[in-house]
Amino acid sequence: MMEPGLYHILFISTALFFTGVLGFLTRRNLITMLMSIELILNSVNLNFIAFNKYIWPGRMDGLFFTLFIIAIAAAEAAVAIAIIINLYRSSQSIDVNNAEDLKY
Amino acid sequence: MPNATNIALIPLLPLAGFILLGLFGRKYIKNGAGLIGTALLLGSALLALYTAYDYFFVYGKVDGVYQQFVPLKITWLAFSKELSIDMGLVIDPISVMMLLVVTFVSLMVHIYSLGYMKGEERFPTYYAFLGLFTFSMLGLVLASNIFQMYIFWELVGVSSFLLIGFYYDKPSAVAASKKAFIVTRFADLGFLVGILILSYFSGSFDFQTLIARLTSPESNEVKNAVASTFLGASALTWGAALIFIGGAGKSAMFPLHIWLPDAMEGPTPVSALIHAATMVVAGVYLVARLFPVFSVTTPAVLEIIGWVGAVSAIIAAVIACTQTDIKRVLAYSTMSQIGYMMFALGVSSYGGEAGLGYTASMFHLFTHAMFKALLFLGAGAVIHYVHSNEMKDMGGLRKKLPITHFTFLVACLAIAGVPPFAGFFSKEEILLAAYNSNTAIYWIALITSGLTAFYMFRLYFTIFWNKAQGEHSAAANKHGEGGLVMMLPLVLLAVGAAGAGFIPFGEFVSTDGKALESHFHLSFSLAPVALGLAGILAALWMYAKANDKPARLAASLGGLYKAAYHKFYIDELYLFITKKVLFNLVGRPAAWFDRNIVDGLMNLTGNSTVLVSEGIKKFQSGKVQQYAIFFLGAVVLLAVLFIYVWR
Repeated sequence: MMEPGLYHILFISTALFFTGVLGFLTRRNLITMLMSIELILNSVNLNFIAFNKYIWPGRMDGLFFTLFIIAIAAAEAAVAIAIIINLYRSSQSIDVNNAEDLKY
Repeated sequence: MPNATNIALIPLLPLAGFILLGLFGRKYIKNGAGLIGTALLLGSALLALYTAYDYFFVYGKVDGVYQQFVPLKITWLAFSKELSIDMGLVIDPISVMMLLVVTFVSLMVHIYSLGYMKGEERFPTYYAFLGLFTFSMLGLVLASNIFQMYIFWELVGVSSFLLIGFYYDKPSAVAASKKAFIVTRFADLGFLVGILILSYFSGSFDFQTLIARLTSPESNEVKNAVASTFLGASALTWGAALIFIGGAGKSAMFPLHIWLPDAMEGPTPVSALIHAATMVVAGVYLVARLFPVFSVTTPAVLEIIGWVGAVSAIIAAVIACTQTDIKRVLAYSTMSQIGYMMFALGVSSYGGEAGLGYTASMFHLFTHAMFKALLFLGAGAVIHYVHSNEMKDMGGLRKKLPITHFTFLVACLAIAGVPPFAGFFSKEEILLAAYNSNTAIYWIALITSGLTAFYMFRLYFTIFWNKAQGEHSAAANKHGEGGLVMMLPLVLLAVGAAGAGFIPFGEFVSTDGKALESHFHLSFSLAPVALGLAGILAALWMYAKANDKPARLAASLGGLYKAAYHKFYIDELYLFITKKVLFNLVGRPAAWFDRNIVDGLMNLTGNSTVLVSEGIKKFQSGKVQQYAIFFLGAVVLLAVLFIYVWR
C-alpha cells in the first residue's frame, strides 16, 4: 500500500477548490453558495496542513493558520446566514439573482 | 485757497441724486423724483458758481497768472512709490469754466425736463440717469489724473448709452444707443493705449507731473520717448495721436462722427445736455487739458487735430443743409461747431498772443453750450407741440409758440455769428486765430460760417414761417407752449446766448494763465458777418414762404445734393467695412474656429467621457457571481502573467 504523498493531497485540495468555485459561480441558491465557500476555505486548509507536514514538519505555523481559518469560517457562516435570513425576509427568496441591490 | 469740501460736493450731489432715485425712485418717490434731482443740482450749480467766483476773483490769481490748484488728492491704486492712480480735484481756469457750463446747462435741462418728461412711466429713472451723467461729467472735468479722467470718460459714455436708449421699446433707439457705445468705445481703445504710452514714458499718471515731464525737451523722459520710434514717428507722437483718437470719438469728429446723429433718438433734453453742450465737448476739453504736450512736444499731432476739426466742420455744415429731421440738423450743426473748437486748438500754440486759438476754443465751447442747449430745448418745445421731428410737419408756428420763437431766433442769430450775440465774439476769435496761423483752415472756416447761417435760418424759417397759420391739425394744439418750467430755461439760456459774448474771456482763460487781450478789427469781422448775413438772406429767400425753390436748387445740384442728403455715404462705408470686410474676413473665420475647433475640443472630451462610461457601467450589475467571475478571471490573468511573462 503506497503512502499518499504531497501531490495527492494537493490534487485533492485543487479539485475541492475548483468544485467550490464552480458551485459558487453557478448555483443560484445562496445557501449552496455559502457551502461552496466553505469548500474553498477547506481546500485552503488542506493545503496549509499538507505543506506544513511535508515541507516544514518540525513547525506548527500551518496548523495555527488552519485553526484560525476554521474559526473565521464559523464566524463568517454565522454572519452570512444572518444576511441570508434578512434577505429572505425582505424579498421572500434566497435566489441570488433577486439580490441585485448591491449596485446602488 | 480752494475749499476741497465745496468742490468735492459739486459732483457728489448729483451722485447722491442718482443713488437715491435709482434705488428708491420707481417704488417710493415717483413724481417727486424730478424735484429732488433738480434741487440737488441747484445746490451743485450754486456751489460751482461760488467756486468760480472764488477762483477767478479771490485767490486764483498770483502775480497776474491764474494758478492750478489741486485741493484734494487721494491715492486710490498705488503701483509703486512713484506710480499711482489718484482720485483728485483740479482747479484751474478751464476746469472751473467747465464746472459752470456743466452745472448750468444740466440745471436748465433738469428744470425743462420737469415739463417735457412729465407723465413718462420711467420718470424717476430718467432723473437718476441725468444725475449719473452730471456726476460723471463733473468728475471728468475735475480729474487731476489722466486715469481718473479715463474712468469718468467711460462713465459719461455709459450714461449717454443709457439715455439714448431711454425709450428702449423703440428699436431705432436701441440701435442708436448701441452704435454710440460701440463707436465711442472703439475710439476709447485709442485713448487707453495713448494713456499707457504717455504715462509709460513720463512715469506718471498725474496731469501736472506728466505735462511737466513731457514738455521740457531736455528731460530724460522726452529723450527716451523721442528715441523710441515706430513706423517713422516717435512714441510721443503716437501716444498723443492715439489720445486724440479717443477725444475725436467722443467729440464726433470725422470720421468717427456717425454715432452723433443717431444719438438724437434719446429724449430731446438729453440731446441738449449730453449731445450738444457737455459730453461731446469732452474731446475738446481733453485736448485742452493736455494742450502743452500737444503744442510743445508733438506739433505734428496738433496739425492733424486742426485739419480733422476743419474737415469735420465743413462736412457737417454741408450735410446739415440737406437734412429734414430738425434734431439731425442740430446734431450736424453741433459736430460742425465742435470742429470749430478743435481746429481752433489745432492752430493755436503755447503762450502769449499765439495762444489765442486756445482761448477762442474754450470761449466757443462756453458760448456754444449756451446757444446749442437753447436750440435743442427750443426744438424740444416744437416737437412737444407738433409731435413730430420732421420739418415738413412744422411751419408757421411763430404765433403759437411766441417765447420759443423768440428764444430760438436769439440762438440762431448767436450761432450764425451776428453781432452782438455770443457766437459772434467767439467765432471771430477763432477765425482770427486761424487767419494768423493757417490760411487754408481760415478759408474753410469762413465758408463754414456762411453755411452755418444758411442752415440755421433754413431751420428757423421752415419751423416758424413758411406755412400759413391755420395749417396745423387741431389735435396737436391742446397743451400750448409747455408752461413755466419749460419756458424758464429757454429764457435763461437765451440771456446767456445773447450776453455771454461780452465776457472778457481772454482775461480768464489762456494757455499760460496770463490775461490775454482780445482785439477786434472791424475790417476783419466784415467778411464773416457779411457771409453770415448772406446765408440768412439766402435762407429767407428760399424758405420764408412755401415754394419750389429749394426743390429746384436741389435738382440743379444733382449728385452733390444727393451725396450730402445721404451724409456722404459714410454710414454705408462703415457698414461695408464692418459687414462685408471685417465680418467676412475676421468675424466668420473666428466664429468658425470657435464653433468647430474650440467647442469641438470641449465636446470631444465630454463625448468621450460619456462613451467610456456608457461602456463600463454594465460591469456594475449588482450580481455577486458576475463580480466573482471578473475577480477570478483577473486572478488567473495575473497568475499567468506572474508565472509565465514577468518571470
